[in-house]
Amino acid sequence: MISRRHFLQAGMAASALLGPSSLGQFSALAATQALSQNQLLDFDAFGNVTLVHITDIHAQAMPVFFREPSINIGVGAVDGLPPHITGEDFLKSFGIEAGSPAAYALTSVDFTALAKTYGRMGGLDRVATVVNSIRADRDSNMLLLDGGDTWQGSYVSNQTNGQDMVDIMNVLKPDAMTAHWEFTYGEDRVAEIVESLPFPLLGSNIFDKEWDEPAYEHTKFFERGGVKIAVIGQAFPYLPIANPGWMFPSLSFGIRETVLQQNVDAARADGAELVVLLSHNGFDVDRKLASRVTGIDVILTAHTHDALPEPVQIGQTLLLASGSNGKFVSRLDLDVREGQVKGFKYRLIPIFSDVLEADETMAAKIVETRAPFEGELSRVVGKTQSLLYRRGNFNGTFDDLICDALLEEREADIALSPGFRWGPSLLPGQDITVEDIHNGTAMSYPAAYRSEMDGKLIKDILEDVADNLFNPDPYYQQGGDMVRVGGMGYTIDIDKPIGSRISGMTVLKTGEAVDPSSTYIVSGWASVNEGTEGPAIWDVVENYLAREETVDIQENRSVILRRG
Amino acid sequence: MELTRRKALMLGAGVTALAFMPFTPASAAVEDAIAEFTGGADAGEGDITLITPEIAENGNTVPVSVDAPGAVSIAIFAAGNPNPDVVTFNFGPLAASHSASTRMRLAGTQDVIAIAKMPDGSFIRAANQVKVTIGGCGG
Repeated sequence: MISRRHFLQAGMAASALLGPSSLGQFSALAATQALSQNQLLDFDAFGNVTLVHITDIHAQAMPVFFREPSINIGVGAVDGLPPHITGEDFLKSFGIEAGSPAAYALTSVDFTALAKTYGRMGGLDRVATVVNSIRADRDSNMLLLDGGDTWQGSYVSNQTNGQDMVDIMNVLKPDAMTAHWEFTYGEDRVAEIVESLPFPLLGSNIFDKEWDEPAYEHTKFFERGGVKIAVIGQAFPYLPIANPGWMFPSLSFGIRETVLQQNVDAARADGAELVVLLSHNGFDVDRKLASRVTGIDVILTAHTHDALPEPVQIGQTLLLASGSNGKFVSRLDLDVREGQVKGFKYRLIPIFSDVLEADETMAAKIVETRAPFEGELSRVVGKTQSLLYRRGNFNGTFDDLICDALLEEREADIALSPGFRWGPSLLPGQDITVEDIHNGTAMSYPAAYRSEMDGKLIKDILEDVADNLFNPDPYYQQGGDMVRVGGMGYTIDIDKPIGSRISGMTVLKTGEAVDPSSTYIVSGWASVNEGTEGPAIWDVVENYLAREETVDIQENRSVILRRG
Repeated sequence: MELTRRKALMLGAGVTALAFMPFTPASAAVEDAIAEFTGGADAGEGDITLITPEIAENGNTVPVSVDAPGAVSIAIFAAGNPNPDVVTFNFGPLAASHSASTRMRLAGTQDVIAIAKMPDGSFIRAANQVKVTIGGCGG
């Protein structure tokens, strides 16, 4: 661990006033900033409204290591645009010095070394310190908005059906939230929690399936700094497709652009001077939406877990990308006059857990939620010699561990593991605890199935998932990253149409091509179908680790990428 | 394709039965069906709004709604279905609105086309692609 003064020249403060934000403005500011608690909290208030955004916490109440993606391909119109910039290109685009805290927080470059230098990020007790500090300064001007994917993703949240995160967030006091994984606790559980919340769960696109009528509140009006603000919620549009629809059988989602435009127009007609979309669409969907739906001033993006040090401006709409897993809090100060945004000032505040003090009230709440499970959480199951991470378009090493476990424990030829974006990282030499396994697997449909599939079906699945990620029209992208594959290699031509992206499928243990008409034993988890049978994935991984004791997983080289 | 129970579980009955079609191209049948409705006249652009989900939540029951102010009748076609003509709505002269909605079954990813006949005998059209997907792996 390093002392606080080593964080010199590290802050992430970006501001752009009156006009389009451009890449590079960030650099000059970053270079003059120092990093201490005061400097992380430093922000000269601007204008009359402060929006604070946190999203995709995935139940990570404690500080974590979370490696940002080294590969995050944009297709079609967004090829090469933020957030589809990674690694060295990201550093160059935003003028970030290699090896700096900003480089560590925002990219995968030298991740292991920098993680040892700068320590874990996040921790909701540290987040509370930041939020409380902003609130102390701007209480009557401020809204705290939670972008969803808050209640799912840890051992404790799984054990309590999300209650731990509900209790924790109630200490943080958001003004509104929207949702995605929340619904995987079942629609009744969500309704029960929402009933208990002192703030609304908003979803302009959550409809009753039978009558096609709004099922949740879509807009909440607030008065802050003398400005009438409309916050409109937008839940993840493809919940019944990407997650098990049978868990929320009476609900329908979708982008519902027309409905959203009506709700924006209605908010304006009701006197809203500032319209904010609290969205879980994903960045590319929001980018397209901003070019088509008029009257939205700010979109607080989520779902795709992107962290950008500057807003992206599309027409008159500002898009913020506030990261995931509690690593960042976004603060956007706005000068709103005569129903218009006259200027803004933005800072993506990195939550360096070794720099920020923990808020005592929140720290006590987190301890309380974990106390009943502390023995199990800290139980060591194995050890890793290599960096384990998930985030990225293709296999991460954490997924390779899961695939290895599926191949071994379920005696399969081929393993499939979903391309989730959640799941923190583990550094080389770290013990792997029950908590760590659950941080990468905790969810409500964990059955590890074992089934026979012919080669054609396996290809069809890969083609389908690839199109859900690489369709050039973001409105047709429904999912997470590419399905992770164990025991099989393949080539993917990203820019080809569905049906012709995947080729060269090879069974790794024999070196033979996958035959469309031959049958293979396939094991996977997180099937969206009701009645899927098999042991929970965390038990499969634990059993594997208990036998292996130590794992050392090198970068997966069995997927070959082609562009153009 | 012979389906084991496991396969059905993996894929969901509705989609499995389709045996996965990446994109179901417009058949000659849809051209015939449209020609029958328009009498062979060209359909141009105009004030017609067709609302469909970008990705179907369930290919067996896909909501569709259409609005064409002033239309005499509106027909909806599923270009990739074996029977492409889904429905025709007729509006009387006293109709206050010229919109309608229903649900349809789609045999895979395809274009959905709406054509409205206007009082002057001209035709206008709108089309959307609706994707039918295996799903899963979202997050």
